[in-house]
Amino acid sequence: MVARGVIRFGSRPTIRAAAVAAGPAEKKNSPFSSQFDRLYDSELCGQKTNEQAHRQLIEDACDLALNKAEKTISDADYLVCGDLVNEMTPSNFAAASTGLPYVGLFSACATSTSALAYAALLTEAGAASLVLAGAASQHSAIERQFRYPIEYGFKKPENAQWTVTAAGIAAVTPHEQGYPSISQATVGRVVDYGLTDPLNMGAAMAPAAFDTFRRHLEAAGTEPEDYDVIITGDLGAIGTELFRKMATEAGYSVEEDRWRDAGKEFYGGDPAFFAGASGAGCSAAVYFSDVYNRMMEGEYRRALLMATGALLSPLTFQQGESIPCTCHAVELVMGEGENR
Amino acid sequence: MDRQAYSQLEQQITPKPPLAVNLVKAFVTGGIICAIGQGIMYFYMYFFDFTERTAGNPTVATMIFIAMLLTGFGKYKRIAQFGGAGSAVPVTGFGNAMISAAIEHRTEGYVLGVGGNMFKLAGSVIVFGVFSAFIVALIKTILVKFGVVGW
Repeated sequence: MVARGVIRFGSRPTIRAAAVAAGPAEKKNSPFSSQFDRLYDSELCGQKTNEQAHRQLIEDACDLALNKAEKTISDADYLVCGDLVNEMTPSNFAAASTGLPYVGLFSACATSTSALAYAALLTEAGAASLVLAGAASQHSAIERQFRYPIEYGFKKPENAQWTVTAAGIAAVTPHEQGYPSISQATVGRVVDYGLTDPLNMGAAMAPAAFDTFRRHLEAAGTEPEDYDVIITGDLGAIGTELFRKMATEAGYSVEEDRWRDAGKEFYGGDPAFFAGASGAGCSAAVYFSDVYNRMMEGEYRRALLMATGALLSPLTFQQGESIPCTCHAVELVMGEGENR
Repeated sequence: MDRQAYSQLEQQITPKPPLAVNLVKAFVTGGIICAIGQGIMYFYMYFFDFTERTAGNPTVATMIFIAMLLTGFGKYKRIAQFGGAGSAVPVTGFGNAMISAAIEHRTEGYVLGVGGNMFKLAGSVIVFGVFSAFIVALIKTILVKFGVVGW
């Protein structure tokens, strides 16, 4: 054991391939859309309900990831994924159609990295030769559950975030040369700083992000400068600023270019999407497209993925509870970075 | 950073809603909606046999119908993002709350979906509307009884 909640992967499981399927708003507005593997022109993705569309996105991302890894579904051993719908039915239905042994993971919007860590553990234990791991969200299915009906008119504040329609799946295998591999993971604690505004989740999540960030770096014995990129999940504009302030105060030096946030960048800073993107698919879509591709191209040799999640429900919010949050970190290394 | 220091920092960084601008926008939006309503009311009084007292009902029905169309075409939420309370307070806001919930729950069927959820948001408007009307009527009845005011 390295430190409490920190796992070091001696076998260096590899992300052999990764794929993303996304919806129309993402196709039109996201600077990452050219890197997504499938884009739909309708929020319903050719299905009858939003929940079915949600499941379709997960199934698509699984197929696409397998294709890119030049594998078939019969090569896969596990599906590890999650979403935000009650009881995670989209993931459950997608798992039913793949027929794979399945573990549903709920870490809210931090599921992309908790799934990666879980997949790496299965691989490291020798229990799997291929694990499909990821997370997804579908705007309409999530908004209706957590907030108001889609067509209900109310004024969203600047600090609100926009749930993305996207699914990202990674194909995790035992170590292979030439692909990004997972060197360390830090399982997040649940941090609650008492914030209660469900339209300002970035601010609620920033302390959780900082907690995991500090624990991960202390366990790894690294400094922020050792990473080519430190990318949080969906803190958005407000949360990112708060996270950076906390890091600065603790004595870390923040580098504008290397400290990214998937949610803040997801819609290119368009004010129509307020403080940026959120949702379980947000971090998954960026990690499994832009970050993965940059690692494959050699631009990033060492990356720290820190997906953040707000663990609230509409019930706890209405009962006046605060918003507990978490952040799971996964460190990826590529080529030379492996020996650092 | 402890919770208290963080809470202060959070309040500093989270943008404050521009109150004055929002008030003006709400005033203009609400004003326009009500002016349209007034126009429709005159229309019913001028072209049909309605009086100022009776024209209210068809006017409200027409306004709600327009709000429903705008909601269905995805326009009402845009008006609301601009106008805030200006679009929520008039009767069109009530229509929007109802029809948006009805559209949302169409996939769960007509009875348990549309019927069961249509008043999910608008229900509390009715509950508190009826209740406060009852209280006001009660107060007025008592005042009239004691001769303080007349009907």
